[in-house]
Amino acid sequence: MKITLDHVTKRFPNRNKKIHEDVIAVNDFTFEILDGKLIGLLGPSGCGKSTTLNLISGLEMPSAGRIFFGDTDVTNLPAENRGVGLVFQNYALYPHLTVMDNITFPLGNLRGAEKLTKEQMRAKATEVAKLVQIGELMERRPSELSGGQQQRVAIARALVKMPSVLLLDEPLSNLDARLRLQTREELARIQRETGITTIFVTHDQEEAMSISDLIVVMKDGVIHQIGKPQEVYDSPCNLFVAKFLGTPPINVFEGCVRNGQVFIGEEAVLDVKLTGDAGAADSGDGSLPVWIGIRPEGFVPANDGRLTCALSKIEVMGRDTSVVSTHPSFVGTTIRSIIPSEDVTGIGGEIVRFRLKPSKVCLFDKTTEKTIGFEAR
Amino acid sequence: MADNEKELIPETVTAPEPAIASPIATQSEYDRIERAAKRRKIIRNALLYTFLTLCAIAVLFPFYWMLLTSFKTQSAYNNEVTPKFYVSEPTGANYKEAFTAVPLAGYFLNTLIYTVVTTALMMIVIVPAAFAFARMRFPGRNLVFSLFLSLMMIPSELVIITNYVTITSWNMRNTFAGLILPSVTSVFYIYLLKENFEQIPEELYKAAKVDGTSDFKYLLRVMVPIAKPTIVTITILKVIECWNAYVWPRLITDDRKRFLVSNGIQEIRQNGFGRDNIPAMMATVVVVSVPLIILFLVFRNKIMEGVSRGGTKG
Amino acid sequence: MKQSKYKGWLYLLPAILFLGIFMVYPLIDVVVYSFEEGYNFVSQTSNGTGLYNYRYVLRDPYFVQALKNTFVLVIITVPVSTGLALLISLALSSVKPLRNLFQTVYFLPYVTNTLAVGLVFMVLFKKTEYTDGMVNLLIRFFGGSSVDFIDGPHWAKMLVMCIYTVWIVLPFKILILTSALASVKEDYYRAARVDGTRPSRIFYRITLPMISPMIFYLIITGFIGAFKAYSDEVALFGTDLNSAGMNTMVGYIYDMLYGNSGGYPSFASAAALILFAVVFTITCINLMVSRNNVHY
Repeated sequence: MKITLDHVTKRFPNRNKKIHEDVIAVNDFTFEILDGKLIGLLGPSGCGKSTTLNLISGLEMPSAGRIFFGDTDVTNLPAENRGVGLVFQNYALYPHLTVMDNITFPLGNLRGAEKLTKEQMRAKATEVAKLVQIGELMERRPSELSGGQQQRVAIARALVKMPSVLLLDEPLSNLDARLRLQTREELARIQRETGITTIFVTHDQEEAMSISDLIVVMKDGVIHQIGKPQEVYDSPCNLFVAKFLGTPPINVFEGCVRNGQVFIGEEAVLDVKLTGDAGAADSGDGSLPVWIGIRPEGFVPANDGRLTCALSKIEVMGRDTSVVSTHPSFVGTTIRSIIPSEDVTGIGGEIVRFRLKPSKVCLFDKTTEKTIGFEAR
Repeated sequence: MADNEKELIPETVTAPEPAIASPIATQSEYDRIERAAKRRKIIRNALLYTFLTLCAIAVLFPFYWMLLTSFKTQSAYNNEVTPKFYVSEPTGANYKEAFTAVPLAGYFLNTLIYTVVTTALMMIVIVPAAFAFARMRFPGRNLVFSLFLSLMMIPSELVIITNYVTITSWNMRNTFAGLILPSVTSVFYIYLLKENFEQIPEELYKAAKVDGTSDFKYLLRVMVPIAKPTIVTITILKVIECWNAYVWPRLITDDRKRFLVSNGIQEIRQNGFGRDNIPAMMATVVVVSVPLIILFLVFRNKIMEGVSRGGTKG
Repeated sequence: MKQSKYKGWLYLLPAILFLGIFMVYPLIDVVVYSFEEGYNFVSQTSNGTGLYNYRYVLRDPYFVQALKNTFVLVIITVPVSTGLALLISLALSSVKPLRNLFQTVYFLPYVTNTLAVGLVFMVLFKKTEYTDGMVNLLIRFFGGSSVDFIDGPHWAKMLVMCIYTVWIVLPFKILILTSALASVKEDYYRAARVDGTRPSRIFYRITLPMISPMIFYLIITGFIGAFKAYSDEVALFGTDLNSAGMNTMVGYIYDMLYGNSGGYPSFASAAALILFAVVFTITCINLMVSRNNVHY
């Protein structure tokens, strides 16, 4: 099912009663989710991701705007009539029911013509249990399961009624690191096999990037960017998105663009031709102050490199090597660059020089922090 | 930022697809469900508040009635074949009567003395006991504690008989000592306080020991201040208990000079103001009820929390 | 060092003294009393031991009356008050505005002097030569005929007694159940709502199992409390409960000890032990039932 949010806004009364201004959790959201996709809602905590999920599920009603499932307006439809599946961050499994009873619980709500017999319910439950691979746990109670198993039960419970949309709130955050990796593959597989439109919320960019068809980057109730993971990573629309995606994070320098060259300190590190509005501004002689973001993999050590940094240390990580260095114009403490181990030879001493890969460099306006388009020359 | 959004969105928005068959198909049906849900919510809230209000009236009505009646004159009250819900000529005479015709002030004073002394003595007894159980190591501690716990199951009706005989044989009938002594200890409060003391990190105790602080000083300077909320709660609960005490005072006092308010009320009921002076009786009831109601309204949260904690752990 | 090893006992000493004299000794003593036949209060002598006291008490029509009254009170008030408290708590926890106000109001009876408010109930229900009283006014308004609830037929007195008892015990139960309901995690309800669960099913399949430990706790303490009913009855019907036919088991014990028919600690002790045995048995049964029905 296609889901459309049309200028959706959600305000909450301020918890601090002295401040009468409402808190805007979700501000003027407009986006469309195509049928059968896996969408990641990504953002730091408190950015309105979970509220967005609650609005789609119907647990909360928007203050303004419309929500459509397919072409039908469901804006004020109560949660119980929307037919969505929701997996909670802490799973919310009923502790007094067995796994089987937990999974069949939603089926027991069907009435009239849709009413199922006990056997039909058990058959359906067994089927989903097989899909999420918990077939052998059906008679246990939630307290007897590990975190990962509880997670699967929660997904099975959400899937058993074949929802039109599956919503997952921080599905992996309660799992340990190793299990998280495994479970996220599993999630992607389940989504592929069922073909159900799935939206999940996460604050972990790696998680979102690795499995989503599309990611939505949010902050403070505002959508910053929507796109395929690689697109968003390669061409972030602003400094926040650039910083939020990628581990190790993007390295940000203070600098300026002058006469078709990007300067960090006194060194012209890249020859560029600005495009768009900024391109017109640069045609004059003035210098344009910018933030320069360089991905860790954008550094190539070279003796004729134009960026000179003070070398701090070299961390060998097997396949890759992390070169840690400092620079006066760097924002933060240490520059972290990732270099294939075979290219490391020759680095040493007090100074390291880098050539930059233009495709791994982003420029942002110093005041608006928006991306400045450019072509490498 | 807003500009960027607008640039990006068109890429992802594609032409609307034909509607996919959904469990509830048509928009009109959706609208119907929406309206029904809204209607249900209004009806539900109306029913809930009606029910809650009716219950509140049932709770408050006796209070209202006693206030109302206490301001009626005796003759007006007796002439109302059909009780009236208002007072035409309010009078304060009943309150004067309450304090003059029966020794109500004396009952009050007795209750006050009884409550203060009992509560204070209880604190002196239970605080060290709770401390000993919570922090001190001594031979036989676990055994004694289990014995204490098993005493919690004993209903007071079982022991009151012998206590009555004991106090009588000590010639303590109609004395404060006789009233107070058997009410001093409470195993349950020792238990409650011990649980609270145990939550205070033991490192504090060890640190104090290393510094050479004596146990007693540590108890007074560290434990008691930290556990103050629980101690306040216990005090309030005990005060309520003392103020409402009836059975034991009834057994042990037959001299009006030593009556507590409960016994005073009972005495008034049996042969106070001449049996039919209901307004004066109600004035007395108001006077007796007001202190606790004020205490409750002031310490509302503490009392409710204390009662529910006492309840869930007992 | 040896001295400090026993210092714990020093701190316990006051408590042990008080408990020893006023709880442990009486506990043993009451059993002794109950087997001493013909105990004389003044001379403190008896003329033998045996089960006579128990036989006497069990044959005493006043005791049988008290036993009957107590059982009726228990059987009516425990389910009614628990059920009503559950209803009120459910209503309370599903509204938001005014919730605190309602909670405060509902708790008021807990902090009132039962003797004092009992008097108000008596006035409300009593029929005198001047007036039929408030409650009878209501009854006649709805077309019934007036009844004297305080000095009238037994069933009417029983009814007032039950109403007053429920009024007195409700606050505690509402408080406990409201906090039990509040401790059920919101996510369970949200999950159920997303699944389209009907309110009745949410109640029976989620809410009730989750708060069942607290409900059983209230039932058990409710039984114990109702078996010990006494001062509420005194408040309504005066101290001479036997002649009013409204005595309870605890009332019987006190009357045997003191008052018009008093002076028989042996009979009182036997009655107290019978009461204890009844309460103990019923509590055990309750615990067994609850263990089979509470899931976690």
